[in-house]
Amino acid sequence: MNYVLETKDLTIKFGGHTAVDHVTVQIPDKKFTSIIGPNGAGKTTFFNLLSGQLSPTEGSIYFKGNEITKKSATDRTRLGIGRSFQITNVFPNLTVLENVRLAVQSQANVRYQMIKHFLHYKKFEEKAFTILERVLLDDKANHIAANLAHGEKRKLEIAMLLALETEILLLDEPTAGMSLEEVPAIIDVIKQIKAEEDRTIVLIEHKMDMIMDLSDEVLVLFHGELIAKGTPDEIVENETVQSAYLGGMYDEQLA
Amino acid sequence: MILKSMSKSNLIYLGVAVILLILPFILTGRSVQFMITQIFIFAIFAMSYDLLLGYTGIISFGHAMFFGIGAYTTAIFMDRYDASFGALLVAILVAVLFAAIVSFIVGVLTLRLKSHFYAMLTLAFAGLFLVAAEKWRSLTQGNDGFTFKVPEFLRDSTTIYIVSLVCLVLIFFGLRRMTQSPFGRVLVAIRENEERTISLGFKVLHYKVLVSVVSGIVASFAGVLYMLSLRFVNTSVFATDVTIDVLLMTIIGGVGTLVGPILGAALIELAHHWISGLANVHWIFERWIILYGTVYILVVIFFPLGLVGTIRSKLSNGSKQKIPSKKAG
Repeated sequence: MNYVLETKDLTIKFGGHTAVDHVTVQIPDKKFTSIIGPNGAGKTTFFNLLSGQLSPTEGSIYFKGNEITKKSATDRTRLGIGRSFQITNVFPNLTVLENVRLAVQSQANVRYQMIKHFLHYKKFEEKAFTILERVLLDDKANHIAANLAHGEKRKLEIAMLLALETEILLLDEPTAGMSLEEVPAIIDVIKQIKAEEDRTIVLIEHKMDMIMDLSDEVLVLFHGELIAKGTPDEIVENETVQSAYLGGMYDEQLA
Repeated sequence: MILKSMSKSNLIYLGVAVILLILPFILTGRSVQFMITQIFIFAIFAMSYDLLLGYTGIISFGHAMFFGIGAYTTAIFMDRYDASFGALLVAILVAVLFAAIVSFIVGVLTLRLKSHFYAMLTLAFAGLFLVAAEKWRSLTQGNDGFTFKVPEFLRDSTTIYIVSLVCLVLIFFGLRRMTQSPFGRVLVAIRENEERTISLGFKVLHYKVLVSVVSGIVASFAGVLYMLSLRFVNTSVFATDVTIDVLLMTIIGGVGTLVGPILGAALIELAHHWISGLANVHWIFERWIILYGTVYILVVIFFPLGLVGTIRSKLSNGSKQKIPSKKAG
C-alpha cells in the first residue's frame, strides 16, 4: 500500500507532560483514516504536529517519503496538507465569501499582486461561491463570519479547507458542537469527498457511527500513545481498545 | 454592483479633490493655505500608518523616524546642493531608499515575533535617530536645526499647496488600490487571524515586511513634503509627539479606512491650531497633550471604529436589510 504521510516516533512534551508519545503511523494514500481516543488523548496535538502548528520534541514526519518535520505550516499547506480546526478559526470581520475567497486565492497562487483590484478575479469569487453551495452555506455568503451560528462556522471552516484543494484533508471534529439537524449535511459533504477517491482524509471524531460508516482504517490514541490500529471492525473487537476507550464511550452515548 | 458603488465613492473623492484644488484661488491667505497644506502632508503620513495599524494590525511606536528620515534627507540635500531641482529628486530617492532599508531591517528583525517586539524596536530606533539628529551637529546642527532654500518654483505657497494635494490624491488612490488588491486582502486576513492566514498557505512574514516597507516609504515621502512647505528642520520631526499625533489621526479618523486618517489629520491639525490660540485663555490649553489623551480614551471607548468606521458601519447596517444576500454565482 502507498503511504502519503508517515510519522516515526513522533513525540511532543509540554513541560513534564507527554501529549504525544512515540507515535509511529502510516496514513494510506487516498484512504479514509480516523483517529479516535478519549478527550485529552492527544488527537488534536497530533494534528498540530502534522500540519506544522507545533514542532515535535522528537521524531519525524514524512510526506510522500520526504521529511517535512522542519517545514513551516505555510509550506506544509502548499505541499498539500490542509486542515480544519476544532475550535472554529475563521476571519471574523470578513464576509463568508471573503473567507473562502482567500483560500481560493491561495490555491490559485495569487499572492503578491498589488495592482489589480481583487474584483477582477471573478473566478475566485465564483469558485468560492460554488464551494459554499456545496456545504450549504451559499445563502449566508454576504454575512459577516462573526455573526454566523456555531454550526455555520464549522461549515465555513470546511469550505475554506475544500477551497485549498489539498491532497490531504485533516478534519478535526468537523461536527463538534453542531445541532443534530446540521450534522447530516456535513457528513454528506465528507462522504462526497470520500466517494471521489482522489484525496486522503484523516478525521478526528467522537461520533462512533460516523467512524464505523466512513473509515477504511482507525487509529486509537490513548494518553498520547497509539494503542491500536485496524479496520473499524477490528477496532470494535480489540480488547485493549474496549477496556481503554470504547466501553466508556458507548456507555456515554447510551446515557 | 460593488464596482458601481466604488466608482461612485471615487467620484465623491475626486469631487472633493477638485474643490480643494480650486480653494487656494479663493482663499489667498498664506497662513490658511499653509495650514491646509500641513493637513495634506499629515494625511499622507497618517495613511502610511493606517497601512500598518488598520490593515495589517501592526503597532509601531516609532513611525516618526520615517517622517524624520524624509525630512532630514531633504533638508540636508537642499542645504548642501544649492536647492536645485535635481538635488531635490536625488533627495527624494535617497530618503525613500533609506526609509525602505530601515523599515526592512526593523521588519525582518521583529515581525516574525509577537507584535509588541515591533512596537518596541520601532520605539528604540526612533529614539536612536532622535539622538543622532541631536548629536551629529556637523550634519544636523543639533536641536537648533537650520533653515534652507527649496527650488525656486516651490517657494510659492499656492504651488506647494497644489503639489501636496496632488501627491495626497495620487497616494490615496494608489494605496486604496493596493488595499483592495489580492495582496491587500491578505493583509486584512493577517489582521483578522494571523494563524489562519498561515494555515491557508500565505507567508505572513513576507506580507508584513512588504507592507512595513511601503508604509516607511510613504511616511518618508510625507517628511519630504513637510520640509518643502516648512523650509526649516530641527529634531522635533523625530519626536515621539509626531508618532502620537499620527496614531491619534488614524484612530480618531478610523483605522483600516484610509479616508479616516485624512479626516483625522484635518481634525488634529485644526485642533492644534485652535487650541494653541486658546493658550492665553487658560493654561490648560498649553497642555494640549492632556486634552488629546482624554479624546483618545473617549474615542477608543465610544467609537472604536473611529469617525469613518462608525459612519460606515451605521450605513451598512441600514442597507443590509434591503440588499438580498444572494447575488453572486
